[in-house]
Amino acid sequence: MSISQIVFTLFTAIVFFIAFKQYRAIYANIKLGKDEDLPGDPSWRWKNVLLVAFGQKKMFKRWIPAVFHLFIYLAFLLTQVELLEIFIDGFGGGHRFFVERIGGLYTFILNFIEILSLLAFVATIVFLWRRNILKVPRFVMSEMTGWPKLDGNLILIGELLLLIGIFSMNGADVLLQNLDPEHYPDTGTLAVSSHLGPALFGSLDTSTLHVIERFGWWLHLVVVFGFITYLPFSKHLHIFLAFPNVYFSKDKSRGEMDNMPEIMNEVKSMMGLIEDSGEMSEEIPEFGSKDVMDLGWKNILEAFTCTECGRCSSVCPANITGKKLSPRKIMMDIRDRATEIGNNIRSGDAQYIADDKISEGAALTKDNYDDGKSLFDYISAEELYACTTCNACVEACPVLINPVEPILAMRRYDILTNSAGPADWLPMFNSIENSGAVWQLSDERAAWIKEVEI
Amino acid sequence: MIKTIAEYVAEGQKPEILFWVGCAGSFDARAKKVSEAFAKILSASGISFAILGNEESCTGDPARRAGNEFLFQMSALQNIEVLNGYEVQKIVTACPHCFNTLKHEYPKLGGDYEVLHHTQLIQQLIDEGKLKIEGGVFEGKRITYHDSCYLGRINGEYEAPRDILNQLDANLVEMERSRSKGLCCGAGGAQMFKEDEPGDKRINIDRIEEALKTNPDIVAANCPFCITMLMDGLKAQEKQDDVMVLDISELIVQNNGL
Repeated sequence: MSISQIVFTLFTAIVFFIAFKQYRAIYANIKLGKDEDLPGDPSWRWKNVLLVAFGQKKMFKRWIPAVFHLFIYLAFLLTQVELLEIFIDGFGGGHRFFVERIGGLYTFILNFIEILSLLAFVATIVFLWRRNILKVPRFVMSEMTGWPKLDGNLILIGELLLLIGIFSMNGADVLLQNLDPEHYPDTGTLAVSSHLGPALFGSLDTSTLHVIERFGWWLHLVVVFGFITYLPFSKHLHIFLAFPNVYFSKDKSRGEMDNMPEIMNEVKSMMGLIEDSGEMSEEIPEFGSKDVMDLGWKNILEAFTCTECGRCSSVCPANITGKKLSPRKIMMDIRDRATEIGNNIRSGDAQYIADDKISEGAALTKDNYDDGKSLFDYISAEELYACTTCNACVEACPVLINPVEPILAMRRYDILTNSAGPADWLPMFNSIENSGAVWQLSDERAAWIKEVEI
Repeated sequence: MIKTIAEYVAEGQKPEILFWVGCAGSFDARAKKVSEAFAKILSASGISFAILGNEESCTGDPARRAGNEFLFQMSALQNIEVLNGYEVQKIVTACPHCFNTLKHEYPKLGGDYEVLHHTQLIQQLIDEGKLKIEGGVFEGKRITYHDSCYLGRINGEYEAPRDILNQLDANLVEMERSRSKGLCCGAGGAQMFKEDEPGDKRINIDRIEEALKTNPDIVAANCPFCITMLMDGLKAQEKQDDVMVLDISELIVQNNGL
C-alpha cells in the first residue's frame, strides 16, 4: 500500500466520520418538529420527484437562471462518475480505473462531463456576476447580508475550484498520455482538455505535468470533501434535501388550512353536536406554533431545504410594497432557530431544561427544552400579519416549500394562545361571533333581495 | 323574486342550486350589485336557485386566516348544520374566499358539497346553451382581467373567466403579471379588515398601476374584495371616471341587457 493510498483512506474515513455526525444533527434538527400527516400516495410523490426535483420543472418559470442552473446541476450529477473513479483509484492506487474496462464509453462519458463542466464554469461565473455586480434584487435584500451573502459566494467559488481541479487533472493527463503511455492510458480525444491541456501546459516536462495532474486530482477531492462537511452549515444543502423535500410534499389543496381537531371537537361539544367527554384538562392548552417544536417536521425540512434563492420574496406582494415580511426570511429563521435549539440540546447543558420540568437525573430533550426564547424572537408579529395568504411564494418555489403554513401556524399561536394580534381585527371577530357577518350592520342578511327585480 | 331555501322547502320543492351570497354580497353596497347581477343571470338561464337568507353566516375564512380557529369552527359548524339540514348538494358563490372555504375546508368538518365559483357556473351555462352572450355592448372595448388569488393561484381556475370575457368580443389585454403570476389585490388573509403594516406602498396601488398600463376601459374581476381594493386604487389614482371595475357577471348583465 502506497503512502498516497494510506493518506487517502485516512482522509476519507475522517471526513465521513465528521459528515456522519453533522448529517445526523441535521436529521435531529428536522425531527424537532411534530409528527404530522402527509397526504399523498407514493406514485404521486415519485412523479413529483421526477418532474420537480430531477426534472427542475418549476425552475423553468424563469428560464435564464434555469438554463444556467441546469448546466451546474447536470455537471454535478455526471461528475459523480468521475468522482467514483477518483475513489476507486484513491483506495486501489490505480490510475483511471474505468478507462481500459469500458473503452469508448469512457471517452463518451468523459466528453459529456467535460462539456457540461465547461458550461457549468460559465454558469458559475454568470451567477457570481448576477450576485455581486448585476446585484439581482432578490440576492441583495436585507436578509442577504453577512453570512448568507458570503455563503452564496463561497459555494460558487467552491464550484469553480472543483472545475479547475477537473480540468487541471484532465489537461495534464492528455499530455502525459503521449509522454508516458504506460502509466497514463489513452482516454481518447477530450472536448475541452485535449485543447486546453496543450495550450496551458504544452511546454512543461513530464515531472511537472505529473505534479499538476496530482494537484488537480487532490484539489477536486479536497473540495468535494470540503463541500460535504460545509453543506450542513450552508443553504447549499438543497442539493440533497430538495429530493426528500419534494417527495414528502403534501398532496392537498393550497386553499386548505390544516384542521385543528381539538378545537373542532371543543366547539362541537359546545354546540351539542357531540357528547362532551366531561374530562377537563388541567393544563391550559397551547394552540398554534410558538417555536419550531410546534411546527410539523416537514416545515423544518423545508427550512433546511431552502437555498435562499428568493423567488418567493421577489413575488410576495407584501415584500414588493416595502413591508417587512419576506417569505425567504421566514424559512431562514426557522432553520436558524432549529439549529440553535438542536445545538443546545446536543450540548446536554441542564440550564436549558425548563424550570418546571427539572427533576433528578432528567436529560435535556426537546420536550423539556426552554431557553427563554422562541421563534417569535426571530420572526416579528409585523412580518406575520403582513401576509395576504396569496400563495405567490408557494407557486414560485422550485422545490415545493410552503412559507404560508408556518406563518399561519404562528398567527394561530399569537391569536389563540397569546390573545394578541392586530386590534383592527377585533371588530371583525366580534361581528362574526355576534352577527355572523364580517361587518356589524343593522340590516338583515337577506335584505338585499328586496331591491332586486327578477 | 329571489327565494330562500326555507321557502322552497315550505312549498315542498327543491332548488337546483344554492347561491351562497357571502357577507360582501349581502351587505357591501358594491358587492350587492354583483349578487343582483348573478341572480339575474341564473334567472335568465332558467336555473332554480335559492339563498340561505338570514340562515347564512360568514364561512369563517377571514377568522381562520387571521388565526382565530375557534371563531372559524363556530361559524363553519353552524353553517354546515344549516346546509346539511336542508340537504344541500350543490353550491355556487360569487366570492372566491367563500368558494375556497366551502370547497376545501368544510369537508373535514362534515360538510361535503359540490361547490362552484360563479364564473365556472356561468361558463357551464354558456356551454350548455342555457345562457347566450348577445348584445355586443363591449365590442372593441379594452378589458383587462385581474386573477383573484383564491380562484386563480389557489384553485387553479384561470380559464373560465377568460373564456367568458372572450365571448364578449372585447379586446382582452393581459397584465404583465397574470394567471399563476397574478399579483394579489392586497385583501386576502384577512388584510381586508386591518390597516397595512408599514411599507412604501399599498398593494392595491401596485396592482392598479399595472392594470392601468394596459390602458383599459374596464378592469374585470371575480371577487368582491378585489373589486373594493381595485376601486380604491383607481380613486387614489383619480381614474375612477375613466376606468370601471366590474365583476364578470355584471359584464354579462350589461351586455345582454338583463
